[in-house]
Amino acid sequence: MAFEIVVVGTSYGGLAALQVVLPALAPDFGLPVVVVQHRGKDTDNLCEFLQRHCALPLAEPNDKEAIAPGRVYLAPRDYHLLIERDGFALSTEAPVGYARPSVNVLFESAADIYQGHVVGVILTGANADGARGLAKIKAYGGLCVVEDPAGAESRGMPQAAIAATKVDAILPLREIAPFLNQLCQHEPGSSYAS
Amino acid sequence: MSAALQSDQTQLEDIEIALLLEGLYRVYGFDFRDYSPASIKRRILERMRAEKIATVSAYQDCVLHDDACMERLLVGLSVHVTSMFRDPSFYLTFRQKVVPILRTYPTVRIWHAGCSTGEEVYSMAILLQEEGLYRKCVIYATDISREVLRKAREGIFPLAAMQEYTGNYMKAGGKHEFSDYYTAHYDNVIFHPALKTNVVFSEHNLVTDGSFNEFHVILCRNVMIYFNKALQERVHNLIYDSLSMFGVFGLGNKESLKFTPRADFYDKLDSRDKLYRKVR
Ligand SMILES: C[S@@+](CC[C@H](N)C(=O)[O-])C[C@H]1O[C@@H](n2cnc3c(N)ncnc32)[C@H](O)[C@@H]1O
Repeated sequence: MAFEIVVVGTSYGGLAALQVVLPALAPDFGLPVVVVQHRGKDTDNLCEFLQRHCALPLAEPNDKEAIAPGRVYLAPRDYHLLIERDGFALSTEAPVGYARPSVNVLFESAADIYQGHVVGVILTGANADGARGLAKIKAYGGLCVVEDPAGAESRGMPQAAIAATKVDAILPLREIAPFLNQLCQHEPGSSYAS
Repeated sequence: MSAALQSDQTQLEDIEIALLLEGLYRVYGFDFRDYSPASIKRRILERMRAEKIATVSAYQDCVLHDDACMERLLVGLSVHVTSMFRDPSFYLTFRQKVVPILRTYPTVRIWHAGCSTGEEVYSMAILLQEEGLYRKCVIYATDISREVLRKAREGIFPLAAMQEYTGNYMKAGGKHEFSDYYTAHYDNVIFHPALKTNVVFSEHNLVTDGSFNEFHVILCRNVMIYFNKALQERVHNLIYDSLSMFGVFGLGNKESLKFTPRADFYDKLDSRDKLYRKVR
């Protein structure tokens, strides 16, 4: 199974977690990485901040922007970020489970378009957002990776994800980026997921 | 369900959704066929869950035969989220870079396309009044939804929102006390009617209605994000055709003119805020 996109969801503790994962992504990482980090009102500079920790170009996408490999995209504050056939779509519809951006909204739309070619990653967080989305990724035959709740800053999101679906890998935070790097190096067509 | 079945089901669902939207258009005249598919799909499935209906085809039956069911779908499909001085820096840039341009005109026509419940319109009216321009402006505030226009005309908003709006107003370069502009009444505030003396509220559908005037300023913020690319292109053309030469066009924070057919016809007024000027 060749993967085409990595989607990442995180909430409480996510900023620190992303500072571990993003810098460890290979500089020639061959897939787009799309991140939903739950964020509060005064986080307009999150993008600049995270870019300092990431070798890959990182940006908040504009509506209908094309999705390019080797880039990291961060869901903007106060918008849902969805995946469509010709790129990103943004929406301000009601928060889902109190969250806008919502991890479930991103994950479910990614699964709809990329089907089995999605890697879903759930990191630390104090709620259950992402669990339903990860289950959908799994239902399409995508690959599900969850931060080990034992070491997570906040174990709620990883635990909910593990409870919702049969995940493929439960990894300590530091091993997540190396795992993704390796997936990415697999020849197209070679099979990782069983 | 296996992954292959799951993907067949999604394909089927996409066909059913296209049929539902076609029916909604042919029977009732509401045209959502070119709206952004991911978000439309979410909202249809959400409505179906609320109606406890399992398939889109069964839902179509209900929508096409039951007006009340259709009305509920319409409400579900619409996103009216808005606020006063949303993205304060947009208004600050407007003050700094657009107001000086408007000062040179004898009269100014402004169009808020997709004004929702009017928060954006009252924000603009306040700004123009503070800059001494309001008297020579006519503001056209339009939306597809009659219901939001009714609320916009009333100018009554929840008191609870005022704290956030006051913060926005100050960051947007506000020159007075925000509370000078409204009167509190129980849990609501009513904005001073003087703010709407030069405002014309009316129904206008960006999908099916044409250009209706020539404007010096058009704001169409967070409306086109709900449209697919083809429809966005049509609306960009409509806006271009409705704007006078050197007129100003404002988009939402996460929208961009880049990659639209009219991109080369505008100059950026600001590197960050989405304000453009028609130059050809
Ligand atoms: C999210 S609100 C944006 C409100 C405001 N402009 C802002 O930025 O805060 C989107 C508005 O667009 C309106 N809208 C959707 N489709 C439309 C159409 N075809 N023609 C005109 N308005 C439309 C909706 O009714 C809704 O009120």
